[in-house]
Amino acid sequence: MQATPALTVEHLTKRFGGRVAVDDVSFTVAAGEVFGFLGPNGAGKTTTVRMLGTLISPTSGSAVIAGLPLSPANGVAIRQRIAVMPEAPGLYLRLTVTENLEFFAGLYRIRDRGRIPAALEAVGLQARAADLCGNLSKGLCQRVALARALLNDPAVLFLDEPTSGLDPVASREVHGLIDGLRERGVTVFLTTHRLEEAERLCDRVAILNTTLRTIGRTDDLRDRLFRKRLLVETRAPLADPGSVFDGRPGVTGWEANGSGVYEVAVADAKLAAPGVARALVAAGADILSLAEQRHSLEDVYLELISEDVEAAR
Amino acid sequence: MSGERIRAVVQKELRDFRRNRFLVGTMAVLPLIFLVSPLITLLQIPATTPVSVIRHAVGGSSLLLFVVPAVIPPIMAAYSVIGERDQGTLEPFLTTPIQREELLLAKAIAVFLPSATVAYGIYFAFALTIRFAAAHAVSAAVWHTPQVVAQLVFTPLIAIWAVWVGIAMSVRARDVRVAQQLATLASLPAIGITALITFRVITPSVRLAVALAVVLLVIDIRAWRFVSKLFDRERLVTGSRAKPS
Repeated sequence: MQATPALTVEHLTKRFGGRVAVDDVSFTVAAGEVFGFLGPNGAGKTTTVRMLGTLISPTSGSAVIAGLPLSPANGVAIRQRIAVMPEAPGLYLRLTVTENLEFFAGLYRIRDRGRIPAALEAVGLQARAADLCGNLSKGLCQRVALARALLNDPAVLFLDEPTSGLDPVASREVHGLIDGLRERGVTVFLTTHRLEEAERLCDRVAILNTTLRTIGRTDDLRDRLFRKRLLVETRAPLADPGSVFDGRPGVTGWEANGSGVYEVAVADAKLAAPGVARALVAAGADILSLAEQRHSLEDVYLELISEDVEAAR
Repeated sequence: MSGERIRAVVQKELRDFRRNRFLVGTMAVLPLIFLVSPLITLLQIPATTPVSVIRHAVGGSSLLLFVVPAVIPPIMAAYSVIGERDQGTLEPFLTTPIQREELLLAKAIAVFLPSATVAYGIYFAFALTIRFAAAHAVSAAVWHTPQVVAQLVFTPLIAIWAVWVGIAMSVRARDVRVAQQLATLASLPAIGITALITFRVITPSVRLAVALAVVLLVIDIRAWRFVSKLFDRERLVTGSRAKPS
């Protein structure tokens, strides 16, 4: 990744009348990064994308997008350097795939007519170029929308819920296309509430719920939110588990969690696991499993969002 | 201003209009109604009819022909912005580098071209039919020079006015049909001045027709600027007006 961020956002806030949609949000996205922007419905994800896409103006705060400060005067120049794929594909259904792309190529003043076939090739739609968009499935429409977003070779590509409403096969195809964008070095700003999608595709994620709740690599977020634990399962309950776990190097605590199941809190799972295994063997236990407890991004998300729900009560 | 972007929008709009059955049907049927009625009236007038009666009948018929450029554009122009929003294409469109003046001018050109073509087509079909099939006195009244000049000059100017009214309604309305109805109503006053000429309330002359045309042209240009001010990306996308920070 390069040192210059593709996107810098500082204290961005948007109010609609008395309602705060986005409150004091700050983050940076590195060039070439796939950045996930997560949050529940109404969290302000689309509003943030619309602000960064110059569709709506922030109430306060600032941003630098593809090297240009966000301001009304820079609107045209910013839109020339970015592409936004909204949740709905927004295609002209009475026009063919090629006609749709020709229209947008004209708006970006793209004179290289080779760009349209190249964009179609990138999304695997060369064979459907002459089809009316009204005759395409939702998944194919998303692909056309993605081809449209690639036309101007954007410095930052905003994808707003790109797999919303798609079946698993079509979703997987879109994931493949986003992986392809990463390989091409495109900076992708992906808003989604599909956590497995973000976990699979994104280098870093931010969780938004009007305010920015957290930001980082998914592994870091897990470490930040959850204590590391080893999950130990033995054939029979240990006669004296305290003598097995207490005082062991790297072990900070333990608790029994059912018959023969123990959760052992550790500072570093890789360092503590061999010692715990040796102690279990020395105690004559039949070990069924010994593994680090893995928290998914969903656990992180639910932990943070449930805090907000609790606070709102 | 980018001619390339304007051309891209005009081309897209014309393609889209051509494949919109409702629009094509309306564009085909509505003008015929305005053509058939005056033709029947004027072709039935015998040669011995007093000139004052003929002038009055020709005035009424000409007025109907002026209605064509006033009612056709709003039907199409009403789609221009709210139609994009209804089909979900507005947001991707607005995230491109197009400026609002380019967008509005391109939309206006795309509506104006077919509207003016249809209006002129109907007028020439009317005038030629009268020339070869009506009584000589009727033909003379229809082909009276100030009358012809007024028709040729005012047709595009009325159409442009109607286009801007239609786009203005499309920018502000929440429903295409409401926009069409309001725009058609709001376009009709533009033909008031031509009514005064066709009914000889104002004595027609080429100079008067040109002077009034200049006035209408100024109004059309101001309408473009006015509609540009109405165009607010934030309001179109979110339904609420942008507030300065």
